Amino acid sequence: MPLLEIKDLRVHFATEDGLVKAVDGVSYEVERGQTLGIVGESGSGKSVSSLTVMGLTRAPNAHISGQILFDGQDLLMASDDELRRIRGNDIAMIFQDPLSSLHPFYKVGKQIAEAVRTHNHDVSKAQAWDRAVEMLGLVGIPEPRKRADAYPHEFSGGMRQRAMIAMALSNNPKLLIADEPTTALDVTVQAQILELIDRLQSEFDAAVVIITHDLGVVAETADDIAVMYAGRIVEKARADTIFHGPEHPYTWGLLGSIPRLDTARDEELVPIPGRPPSLINLPTGCSFHPRCPYVRDAHRRVEPELAPAGDDPSHRVACLLDHRTRQSVWADLRSGRTPEEARRLEVDRRDAGLDPAVARAEDGA
Amino acid sequence: MLVYIVRRLLWSALLLFVISFLVFFIFYLLPSADPALLRAGRNPDPDLVAEINRQLGLDKPFYVQFWRYIEALVTDFDFGTSYQNNVPVRDEIFDRIPATMSLAFGAAVVWLLIGIPIGILSAVKRGTFVERMFMGAALVAISAPVYWLGLVSIYLFSNDIGVAARIFQPPGSYVPLWEDPSMWLRSLILPWFVLATAFAAIYARFMRSNLVDVLDEDYIRTARAKGLSERRVVFRHGVRSAVTPIVTIFGLDLGILFGGAILTETVFNIPGIGRTAFEAIQKSDLPIVQGTVLIGAMAIIAFNLIVDILYAFIDPRVRY
Repeated sequence: MPLLEIKDLRVHFATEDGLVKAVDGVSYEVERGQTLGIVGESGSGKSVSSLTVMGLTRAPNAHISGQILFDGQDLLMASDDELRRIRGNDIAMIFQDPLSSLHPFYKVGKQIAEAVRTHNHDVSKAQAWDRAVEMLGLVGIPEPRKRADAYPHEFSGGMRQRAMIAMALSNNPKLLIADEPTTALDVTVQAQILELIDRLQSEFDAAVVIITHDLGVVAETADDIAVMYAGRIVEKARADTIFHGPEHPYTWGLLGSIPRLDTARDEELVPIPGRPPSLINLPTGCSFHPRCPYVRDAHRRVEPELAPAGDDPSHRVACLLDHRTRQSVWADLRSGRTPEEARRLEVDRRDAGLDPAVARAEDGA
Repeated sequence: MLVYIVRRLLWSALLLFVISFLVFFIFYLLPSADPALLRAGRNPDPDLVAEINRQLGLDKPFYVQFWRYIEALVTDFDFGTSYQNNVPVRDEIFDRIPATMSLAFGAAVVWLLIGIPIGILSAVKRGTFVERMFMGAALVAISAPVYWLGLVSIYLFSNDIGVAARIFQPPGSYVPLWEDPSMWLRSLILPWFVLATAFAAIYARFMRSNLVDVLDEDYIRTARAKGLSERRVVFRHGVRSAVTPIVTIFGLDLGILFGGAILTETVFNIPGIGRTAFEAIQKSDLPIVQGTVLIGAMAIIAFNLIVDILYAFIDPRVRY
């Protein structure tokens, strides 16, 4: 049984402007000791889905459905009190901006000790403080006993995130959710923090979910990667597959917009055109179609399902293009062609009838 | 820290100098009554008037008069002598301080006890009927003028209900705390509530908007993610931050009230600094007016300084 299993999660918010479908039918699972990377732009629903795991999106205007099975227990059915006992204890979370995420008026050690004492009532203040010091040392803060006595503003950005991680891990959680843990940090510090999360994961044997807009962040650390777009998962696979055989045009776009070390320096980064869609008025059909270079008429009407991409059952993709078409377009892109060139080649191949399956599907649709 | 305090005190001295100069100058330009004529009796002899003027130093040029005033103030803490009854201004004002302090402190306790909890409750119950009711009531309370509220409450409580219940004493019944604590309390309850009404409303609204903002902060999300109870999230993490700006305006408000709550003291006939100032203005008693203005300014400056120093202890990010 996976540690965390999310089934058809939907999180909709009723607002004055209309119903915001922040998360719209998301399913994934995380095994013990594994790391899942969830990648997507702002507004793709990646943060909302994990905040929902923590029960932090519960509000009068939020409509949440589906299942969140944690260790077999459905968290959506749990009472506020039950969830509170799980939060910060079995499931811990760290956030994007470590300065604003720490209370400015309390000493760092005190904030960690508070997390310890909240879930262990028989621990004395002194013991909790010692635990805080121990945790600060574990996350690589020098002179932890002295630093525990400092306020967050006296820490550097990287140190603050280390302190947040220390706080999150102070109760040995089974699952750590890291929401953009490195976005607010310098590049050199980013690598250190990711390394730290990786090291602590193996030490604590926790499952980790890393949420990021940057595929580069999860390249090293994640075992599986889910790519989210407009409240849904559009592609999910082993991390290797995402980087070497991705099949969704959005994933191609994400990969095309990050610099790589294994290609020529002068290769241009290609941004994804357009902007993320409004979550109130989603585009019809495939919600990525307004930005997709390979869009066909039928894609504006038919909604794609997340289905196995090819022979590998762990690789699933929600795209209406044919598996072989996707493979040949990716091959073109990989050989250095721009999306525009790849699109023309794809159209040529289709016209030449090299791709009869697609031609038939087009006729049928 | 010490350097900061010394610097602030020097600035305060300069500020007080400027304030006293302004008040002096205004009254010099606009003499609404001649103090010498007040003393010379009916049908005054011009020689007598001139003699009084000479004794009071009023025949000297403006800057000499001002200099003498400042000199006496700095060397002897002497505010001069009242034109009306020849009493030293310092005694006149200092006698009134207990009444004003009783009124201001009591009212402050009342408005904090009412305003802060209502503000917290309104923020936590954001968007509900509770919030709308409290904030609507606050708007009414802010809009009600103190003198009107005072007169209405006197009419309602000290004459009819008050006489029956024997709790609220009529205006003018103030006695110092050390003479009759029970009478002191009963004479001040109404003024406290009347004076506190608008403040309580302002503090409730201020507390609400502060707390609403704070509860949206990332560190509140962290507190929830830690699994803290909602009660602890709101009070230990939310209110702790939201209440700090309140300290600033509280210091300022208390300072202003120590300079005399003119309307409340007048309506309830409380012998405080505010009523003294009011009477002195009516009688063009410059030394008294000057004295009350300076005392008021000193109170505001002192409380501001206290608040700013206190802030360094409340907010660890603030260092001087």
